[in-house]
Amino acid sequence: MSGKLPQSDAFAALNKAASERILIMDGAMGTQIQSLGLGEDDYTGHGSGHVCRHHSDHAQQGNNDLLILTQPEAVEEIHFNYAMAGADIVETNTFSATTIAQADYGMQDAVHDLNVDGARVVRRALDRATAIDGKPRFVAGAIGPTNRTASISPDVNDPGYRAVTFDDLRVAYLQQAKGLIAGGSDILLIETIFDTLNAKAAIFACIQAMEEHGRALPMMISGTITDASGRTLSGQTPTAFWHSVRHAKPWTIGLNCALGANAMRPHLAELSTVADTLICAYPNAGLPNAFGQYDEGPLDTAPQIADFAREGLVNVVGGCCGTTPDHIRAIAEAVAGFAPRKVPAYV
Amino acid sequence: MSDRMLRLSGLEPFVLTPDIPFVNVGERTNVTGSARFRKLVKNRDYATALEVARDQVENGAQIIDINMDEGLIDSKAAMVEYLNLLAAEPDIARVPIMIDSSKWEVIEAGLQCVQGKPVVNSISMKEGEDQFRHQAGLCLAYGAAVVVMAFDEQGQADTCARKIQICERAYRILVDEVGFPPEDIIFDPNVFAVATGIEEHNNYGVDFIEATRWIRQNLPHAHVSGGVSNLSFSFRGNEPVREAMHAVFLYHAIQAGMDMGIVNAGQLAVYDQIDADLREACEDVVLNRRDDATDRLLEVAERYRGEAGAKGREKDLTWREWSIEKRLEHALVNGITEYVDADTEEARLQAERPLHVIEGPLMAGMNVVGDLFGAGKMFLPQVVKSARVMKQAVAILLPYMEEEKRLNGGTERQSAGKILMATVKGDVHDIGKNIVGVVLACNNYEVIDLGVMVPAQKILEVAKAENVDVIGLSGLITPSLDEMVHVASEMQREGFNVPLLIGGATTSKIHTAVKVAPRYVAGQAVYVTDASRAVGVVSELLSPERQDAYVAKVKAEYVDVAERHERAEAAKTRLPLATARANALQVDWSAYTPVAPQFTGARIIDDWDLAEIARYIDWTPFFQTWELKGVYPRILEDEKQGEAARTLFAEAKEMLVKIIDGKWFKPRAVVGFWPANAAGDDIRLFTGEDREQELATLHTLRQQVTKRNGRPNVALSDFVAPQAADHIGGFVVTAGPEEAAIADDFEKAGDDYSSIMVKALADRFAEAMAEMLHERVRKEYWGYGADETYEPGDLIGEPYAGIRPAPGYPAQPDHTEKLTLFRLLDAEAATGVTLTESMAMWPGSSVSGLYIGHPDSYYFGVAKIEEDQARDYAARKGMSLEEVERWLAPVLNYTKRKAAADAA
Repeated sequence: MSGKLPQSDAFAALNKAASERILIMDGAMGTQIQSLGLGEDDYTGHGSGHVCRHHSDHAQQGNNDLLILTQPEAVEEIHFNYAMAGADIVETNTFSATTIAQADYGMQDAVHDLNVDGARVVRRALDRATAIDGKPRFVAGAIGPTNRTASISPDVNDPGYRAVTFDDLRVAYLQQAKGLIAGGSDILLIETIFDTLNAKAAIFACIQAMEEHGRALPMMISGTITDASGRTLSGQTPTAFWHSVRHAKPWTIGLNCALGANAMRPHLAELSTVADTLICAYPNAGLPNAFGQYDEGPLDTAPQIADFAREGLVNVVGGCCGTTPDHIRAIAEAVAGFAPRKVPAYV
Repeated sequence: MSDRMLRLSGLEPFVLTPDIPFVNVGERTNVTGSARFRKLVKNRDYATALEVARDQVENGAQIIDINMDEGLIDSKAAMVEYLNLLAAEPDIARVPIMIDSSKWEVIEAGLQCVQGKPVVNSISMKEGEDQFRHQAGLCLAYGAAVVVMAFDEQGQADTCARKIQICERAYRILVDEVGFPPEDIIFDPNVFAVATGIEEHNNYGVDFIEATRWIRQNLPHAHVSGGVSNLSFSFRGNEPVREAMHAVFLYHAIQAGMDMGIVNAGQLAVYDQIDADLREACEDVVLNRRDDATDRLLEVAERYRGEAGAKGREKDLTWREWSIEKRLEHALVNGITEYVDADTEEARLQAERPLHVIEGPLMAGMNVVGDLFGAGKMFLPQVVKSARVMKQAVAILLPYMEEEKRLNGGTERQSAGKILMATVKGDVHDIGKNIVGVVLACNNYEVIDLGVMVPAQKILEVAKAENVDVIGLSGLITPSLDEMVHVASEMQREGFNVPLLIGGATTSKIHTAVKVAPRYVAGQAVYVTDASRAVGVVSELLSPERQDAYVAKVKAEYVDVAERHERAEAAKTRLPLATARANALQVDWSAYTPVAPQFTGARIIDDWDLAEIARYIDWTPFFQTWELKGVYPRILEDEKQGEAARTLFAEAKEMLVKIIDGKWFKPRAVVGFWPANAAGDDIRLFTGEDREQELATLHTLRQQVTKRNGRPNVALSDFVAPQAADHIGGFVVTAGPEEAAIADDFEKAGDDYSSIMVKALADRFAEAMAEMLHERVRKEYWGYGADETYEPGDLIGEPYAGIRPAPGYPAQPDHTEKLTLFRLLDAEAATGVTLTESMAMWPGSSVSGLYIGHPDSYYFGVAKIEEDQARDYAARKGMSLEEVERWLAPVLNYTKRKAAADAA
């Protein structure tokens, strides 16, 4: 393996755009899907939509990624709405599209299709948007953390035990990354990282996939800090996390999800000081309430993110759980007046 | 802020900023560097092994080096297990890890376990550029910094020029071709031992320091590290001097730009606080400032061993008045060549043949050197000096030996044997091998030294062409162990049968026995502890009279070592009792007709003759009692302990005569037999041959270790027929209570030596009685071995059918079974032997046991058992589980539920 691959065309376009302004990412997928009120038959495509050619004995309601195949029009519409709300970068709906995460639904066989089509459906949505306003937009192939941890034992009595190994993850992620690239992703986005070792396996897989592809795609790496101690679930400080993933030479490093924008601010500030690359932040719409819903409206979230921009902490911003196209529109407007963070260059 | 600095992480970040002059890498979690850690890992005591890491972090290690490279450890599994456990300890996992192995697969397995940014230690161009590029690329993809050894296809760089050339080449490949961040490259330009007495080594310190300076000036952002302890290898055992050398070396190397190192921080002197003359002497050596630097440091070093002034000894010529043998020894030990010519000549005139001078006083002197060296009391350069004295003496004798040969009709000097020596492929360490070469050459052996990094094929080619008598392989680094195994297999394949000597720091008897010897059955592989042992081993191996016995001894020893090792390994996984029972020993009872004993019930034996008993004494345990380890009678000839052993033996014999003549002991014994049948893991004893009324039950324990190669999980009951008319016997013998009183008398007279002696001999008498009685049982009372014709000395090897396992010993670890045995024999009344509350027999010089007659029966160890068996055993014995657990505590493979017991 080598760190010397030619960069993809989108890489240059993204760099240019990022040098000019703060770029906007999309918002939550889950919240949007929830509002469609889909039932089991809709998920499998037996009611409305397209019947999935992959079979599983498990119930599929809640397998949001599967909607790429069974409800592609609805998914495309969500992506399109985000694009029109001002997103430059739109994520694929593939957070759980790995054999490891799909095992819960018995849908491992669908993984390749989910990733290829997941990228394509975003591409279609973005092309429609671009046809309207002429703005270039980018597909970010989303790679989630899976539901297992490679550096924490799930068994308190056996701290040396691991439910998943680096290699299990690497293999699963390689399949996902190849699918995302094949479907036309411009960016590979490793997100919601709670265990850095999982992310390192994803990075390894992305490097492999890009070597096979022959081009280096911009990588976005985003951790999540859900703990009041200011560490990832696996115990790393933001700077330690950055050191662990810096070898990926990511296009952005940042944080997402978690406890909302205000709680994210100090950690983001830390990363911004140490990272010699772009910074990306897409927090939740605050904390979930007792019903698991997010109360922050667009005008609650946007000013907090505008603060990030004002302080010169960020290059890319967007939203995570609980955010809507309205949030993204508000965020885009709120940061429009601020210059992007200047990446500290090597001396 | 964003200068190109080395950035690592554990749970917390680490940045090598310019204000950190030197990063101290913790080295205690390295099996090759820490005997304690090695032992913990070998025993899988990971809990304590984690404490070692914790201590290091608490003591300020900024990075911890983890190395599991040991021939007998599954390094990869150990690395994974340890790193996974370590990840669960936030106070340790906060610092970055240095994954240290010479095996790439171990490194890669380690890289897959750490979420932080680690350092790989190490990669190099040893196996060519392609491999180097490949591994570097993987390190990059895994997100690790790398230590790059100054090592290429030609070997490890020793000179400054080679170090620079290799590091520059590696840097260009990493940075220009692989795309490796230069700040993530750490060069290790190899710290080698200086002051070894070998002139070529004198500049090694300077070579390292100058190469460091060049790297830091010419290879931007790269770092320099090194393993500092190598430097002072030749002064091992003299910590003050080593610490001073390290401090001086680091002082200069850090100034030159070395910014990382594997150093035991607790063993580092403070540069400024080193005594001025020691510091100067160290500096002379490290910086190679004068030709006599080594000698001068040796001189200074002498003072730091806490010995009387070396200077005084040099000037003191009283030793010149000693006997010729002692003078030669003194000259050899102290490396004094001044008088050796005259002394050797004097010895020659006194000896019958010139060769006798070599074999006599000179070899005796060299043996002393070997002992001192082995004990860390002499250093390598001194040994080299000793060899020089030896060589000079041999040179005096050579013309006479040749003259003798000529007169005998021979035309040329015959060497004692031809020995090929080589450091194996992949290894460059040769000091030990060179010393062995010198010592062997001094002893009239012809040595063919193939040097370092010698491939197996070359070794075999030369061995064939030169028709050598012995092949000696040396290696210091751990992969050499595998290479030696490879050479051994190749020797087997190519039809060699000459002895194969294995030596070097990482080699061991266990490794040789377990891994090397089985691959080379056509010849014998022999592990040689150190240079001083080489001559002894080679002369045994090449002596027409002694070689067979010697090889047989080594073979037997290695089989034992290998078995013990296997047992220890297998002991790690245990079977459920039901599974173990399903794998019980299957005796073909239909093919066995039990012999009925001459009597049933108990019988007192009182016709004991002390002189007769003495013939049955096995002396080996006697020497063990006196902490002399070795097998009788060989121990009497033992290099180290022989003298002490002979003196002890003579005095023992003296007392033995007194015991026999004075009838000091009054031996007693009782023996009994009963109709018996196995019932599961128990043995039922009956009152009569009709086997209707049960007399007692003997309980036995079954092995629960996982067995390989179809071996059974045995219990003593397996050796007793379940149905046929089988019997079991039992006995108690004692040398009598008299020894205690006699020992007391000696003690009161202030003669502790005789007091211990009489006790030790009483023990031997009791054991000899047991042996003698067992023979009588087989030949007469039980009678199944009536035709036996063994001499007493033969019996030590237990060549006969049947066993006499004792309760409380490995085959039945439960001491409480003695209660049943004593009751059956009414032993207390019969012999006066009583059981203490912990089931010990009093007087101490007593032995008890069962007799099992089946020819397939053998001694074994039950080893550890699981809770299922403890519960089952308790139920069978009618004891509470707590009580069983108390008696069997040493063999429980589980932790007792103390909380539950407390609550009850």
